[in-house]
Amino acid sequence: MSFDIVLWLVQDGIVNGAIYALLALALLLVFAVTRAIFVPQGEFISYAALSLALLQAGKLPGTVYVLVGGGAIAALLDIAVALRDRAPGRLPRILAVYVLLPLAMAGIAWWAAPRKLDMWIQVLIVFGLVVPLGPILYRVAYRPLAGASVLVLFIISMAAHYVLTGLGLVFFGGEGLRSQAFSDAHFKIGVLNISAQSVLVVLATVLIMASLWLFFEHSIYGKALRATAINRVGARLVGIPAELSGSLALTLAAFIGAVSGVLIAPITTIYYDTGFLIGLKGFVGAILGGMGSYPLAAIGAVGVGLLESFSSFWASAFKESIVFTIIIPVLVWRSLTTRHVEDEEE
Amino acid sequence: MAARVTLALFLVFMALAPLLVPEFYVTLMNYIGMATLVTLGLVLLTGVVGVMSFGQQAFTGLAAYTTAVLTTVYGVSPWVTLFAALALTAALALTLGFITLRLSGHYLAISTIAWGIAIYFVFGNLEILGRYSGLDNIPPVSLFGWALDTGRESYYLIWIMTLAALIAARNLLDSRSGRAIRALRFRSVMAESYGVDTAMLKIIVFLYAALLAGVSGWLYAHYLRFVAPHGFGVNAGIDYLFMAVVGGASHVWGAVIGASLLTLLREWLNDLLPKLFQRTGNYEIVVFGVLMMLLLHRTRDGLAPVFARLLPAGPGRARPAEAPALARREQPQSGEALLEVRAAQKQFGGLVAVGNLSFEMKSGEILGLIGPNGAGKSTVFNLITGVLRADEGEIRFRGERIDRHPTKEIAARGICRTFQHVNLVSAMSVLDNVALGAHLRGRRGTVAAMLRRDRAEEAQLLAEAARQIDRVGLGSHLFEPAGSLPLGQQRVVEIARALCGDPLLLLLDEPAAGLRYGEKSALAELLRRLRAEGTSILLVEHDMEFVMGLVDRLVVMDFGEKLAEGLPLEIQTNPAVVEAYLGGIE
Repeated sequence: MSFDIVLWLVQDGIVNGAIYALLALALLLVFAVTRAIFVPQGEFISYAALSLALLQAGKLPGTVYVLVGGGAIAALLDIAVALRDRAPGRLPRILAVYVLLPLAMAGIAWWAAPRKLDMWIQVLIVFGLVVPLGPILYRVAYRPLAGASVLVLFIISMAAHYVLTGLGLVFFGGEGLRSQAFSDAHFKIGVLNISAQSVLVVLATVLIMASLWLFFEHSIYGKALRATAINRVGARLVGIPAELSGSLALTLAAFIGAVSGVLIAPITTIYYDTGFLIGLKGFVGAILGGMGSYPLAAIGAVGVGLLESFSSFWASAFKESIVFTIIIPVLVWRSLTTRHVEDEEE
Repeated sequence: MAARVTLALFLVFMALAPLLVPEFYVTLMNYIGMATLVTLGLVLLTGVVGVMSFGQQAFTGLAAYTTAVLTTVYGVSPWVTLFAALALTAALALTLGFITLRLSGHYLAISTIAWGIAIYFVFGNLEILGRYSGLDNIPPVSLFGWALDTGRESYYLIWIMTLAALIAARNLLDSRSGRAIRALRFRSVMAESYGVDTAMLKIIVFLYAALLAGVSGWLYAHYLRFVAPHGFGVNAGIDYLFMAVVGGASHVWGAVIGASLLTLLREWLNDLLPKLFQRTGNYEIVVFGVLMMLLLHRTRDGLAPVFARLLPAGPGRARPAEAPALARREQPQSGEALLEVRAAQKQFGGLVAVGNLSFEMKSGEILGLIGPNGAGKSTVFNLITGVLRADEGEIRFRGERIDRHPTKEIAARGICRTFQHVNLVSAMSVLDNVALGAHLRGRRGTVAAMLRRDRAEEAQLLAEAARQIDRVGLGSHLFEPAGSLPLGQQRVVEIARALCGDPLLLLLDEPAAGLRYGEKSALAELLRRLRAEGTSILLVEHDMEFVMGLVDRLVVMDFGEKLAEGLPLEIQTNPAVVEAYLGGIE
């Protein structure tokens, strides 16, 4: 293997790894705040990537139906609660968030689709379609089960994943789509041939991580999320509602999913169910990083990207299984180094 | 009685069902039976012990392929391959178990996914296993020359095995080992303190779950007469988890309910929805997901508790009958050196929780260990019982050094404790919680429990538990879930559990906290009686009136060190102690 192939593989690995790192962060965040292993993260990626590709093709993405329908269900649930509590004052807000906003976004998408607007405007529309799915999903699937066991929350995650994948097939069909690259430019640095697209991916990842860091360190909502992640009961005692934290975590997760989807759409062909596998690799990254530390998770995810890139060069048929089996030695190593309360030598 | 009648009706129904319903439903019931076996393993492993496994289909697949290869390629009888398949499954389970069960929660769950994926690729890529197209022409199981090759015949084979497994699992949970298993999820430190080998017990449950999956795989291969990798992918493993959760992950019968519901629902959706929507799409998966959400939103503990409420309530359990008393330890001579703590030291980071602490305790005395909050008293308990390991110094019990022994071995020497933060299995009855204290006084293991060969010993254990509960005055609460009692009474349950262990040395951590005046004097009376019988007691307590009237001697701790030691009267007038408690006069 020559040196420039190595460099090329490294570049490829880092680009994919950056996206996995974003997803690893989202998964960690949702897990820390809600205790849910957030399987549907992958659907945000698919929805965003496919929506972008469809907008570019001048078609109305099916995401709008999921958004408006999901919003309507969330609104009905909240309205039922408001009526039961005899608090009609809540109704305007419920309608604004779950009905008017999705309808407005759907309207914009419907208006914009045939006009084939500038790419950056299309990306903004995709964010507008996908990000609100986060809080809607939280309201519909997770909120009724706040405080349930990790097992039950996982099962709910799987159920949500089934629903969103199934709807994805219904609205996007089985065809794979790929969006246009943001830029076709290439830079030459020595032997290295860097595409503007990969620079963009890495830049976007770094930018998002930096803004997440600012958000968690310096904003009141970020601090509230951290507090909930560390101690749910304590957070509630100081007045941070668990629902707010959960909803916020899923909104961020949806945003990260949408960004990842938009970034990966020009690199790979995306099918309605591709997101799941991509999300899973983010998850492997989070595991490699120890399922608790954000920087380690990011490093782990970049490691997954590199591993994937090199293994696809050597043994492309086994690419996926190599990525997943790498967990085993890491787990064994963890099991040998983790200290236990009980002594096990006999 | 009502439970018996229900069970009998259920069995009669199961026996007659295949004669009454069309072949199609017999097929479905066969699938339900095979899924129930795997799900039952998950109920024990995931629901009761709290180990999430996505990998049960690996064991199902291993057993199915083993029997497929041995019967088709080598012509071995299925009854022989049953044992071969289970042996191989057991070997895989033990290997995986020893590696992965040491991992904590999430890692373990992930590792199950990893091996699930790995074994799927092994099945799909090995030539001898027919790669992705699998193996066919597997012979049916035959009994005395009679081939069980129809759905109805297989039905009986499948369901006899399934029902046997269900009953064995129910028996297991209702036994000495079962109590310990139910404590594994949240109370493993407590269980170790009463001598339970928690690591071994986890492996045993893991093994049982794997073997159940193996039996299911063997049945599957000989019923379908065909195996292929797609039946053993990660999706299958996740389906079993759905069944366990929907059925009620901590209820044995939840396995049947979950397996039935999911199998029927899948069948019904696949059949109905394409007709409804006039085209095939992934509608069934959408509707399935929505239904699962609705169901779990209504009942997050699954359907088993809902079904249990529908059944007529029985008259409740009867008080355990009198049984021959269990053997007791011989109490040491009064005045013999019992416990020696020498220069013990324990640091947490920069904080010295216990620093250079030494004291001695003679047999037959009540020694009070007092000190302000944070003085390190509970850490001393944890050092003595081996829950924490001392950084320096040594601890001797009856002359033998114990500070390097694991908790369960220290328990075996006759040291029983209560916990400052109540450590009861809250869903388990008071009786079962207390009987857990007598774990080391029984011998019968998991297999005996499954086969109900443990009843004589079990009667003794329960009778002993009931006696100790009477002794602490909670005789009217035997069958209430321990978590439903007021906190003060839960502490008393802890004392009864410790007494059940027939202790030479009883460590009581704030036993009187939360008790009313009358209950406190009853407790003091009980402790005096125990002392008269020769039991030695080390007592941590803040209620000075209670302590001063009861103890023989006192050790006072402050900031992890010994401040004073002596008779109650001396301590009360000791200026250093008064200063530590009341603050000095500036």
